[in-house]
Amino acid sequence: MSLGPYATFIEASYLVVLLVVVLLIAWIAIDYRGQKRRLSELESEGVARRSGRQPMEKT
Amino acid sequence: MTLIDLANPTRFLAFTARLLPWLVAATAILLAVGLYQSAMAPDDYQQGATVKIMFIHVPNAWLSMFVWGVMSLAALGTLVWRHPLADVAAKAAAPLGAAFTFLALVTGSLWGRPMWGTYWEWDARLTSVLILFLMYLGLIALWRSVEDPSRAARAAAILTLVGAINLPIIKFSVDWWNTLHQPASVMRMGGSTLDRAFLMPLLVMALAFSLLFLTLHLAAMRNEILRRRVRAMQMIQAQAGQRAG
Repeated sequence: MSLGPYATFIEASYLVVLLVVVLLIAWIAIDYRGQKRRLSELESEGVARRSGRQPMEKT
Repeated sequence: MTLIDLANPTRFLAFTARLLPWLVAATAILLAVGLYQSAMAPDDYQQGATVKIMFIHVPNAWLSMFVWGVMSLAALGTLVWRHPLADVAAKAAAPLGAAFTFLALVTGSLWGRPMWGTYWEWDARLTSVLILFLMYLGLIALWRSVEDPSRAARAAAILTLVGAINLPIIKFSVDWWNTLHQPASVMRMGGSTLDRAFLMPLLVMALAFSLLFLTLHLAAMRNEILRRRVRAMQMIQAQAGQRAG
């Protein structure tokens, strides 16, 4: 497959998309681990969630 | 499980935990097929091989607007129905929308240089997409700067709905003003003007990127739900500490 005289522009386009998508996946995965770790720490310290909360805080 | 059951964050977490592996697999397969078709697509008689940039530029450009549309619906959910997951959905979507808009701008620039002779032109389409990118960044900054989640949610929802005015401006900018950017060639009255050899890889890539967004959005929403649980528990811990002190 020949990309012709503008190969640099085509390759750069695909590379930047790959880089940003990989960064997004890594950010979400790292964030998930961080939140799970903090939740575990709080639960191990005996902190329990309240059942009666404000509507916006229901999460 | 009905749709209304998903309004409960705990049920949403359980449901998405089962759904996400399937979504990841479907996204990976579609991306692989789309990339293969893009690589095998013939050169355009005018643009040569640079037409391959279209297969990643157009899906990102579509998603840049689609994500703001999703956030606008979520904003209505926050303001009108005070749905517990509405602000979570909007907040989780914003960084993804910013990333897709950034990619649309960068890949458009890299396509523009060989085709137009310039990386950038301050015309209506490019400028309105740049404004969209800045609005995403503004919204992310707003969520980060307001401490109270419910106040941040309402302010962000209003800003999102005001910003939705930019969507038709982006879409029709190529018709309303003289611009270097080509007019719509897929979603237009009278059908697509693209040859099937280019249309099929483009549609597969668009579907693959849409699935990628759905997958990342659901995962980011799960993180946001957990983050709010952590915050709620930290507040309970702090209050208990104050009472004990």
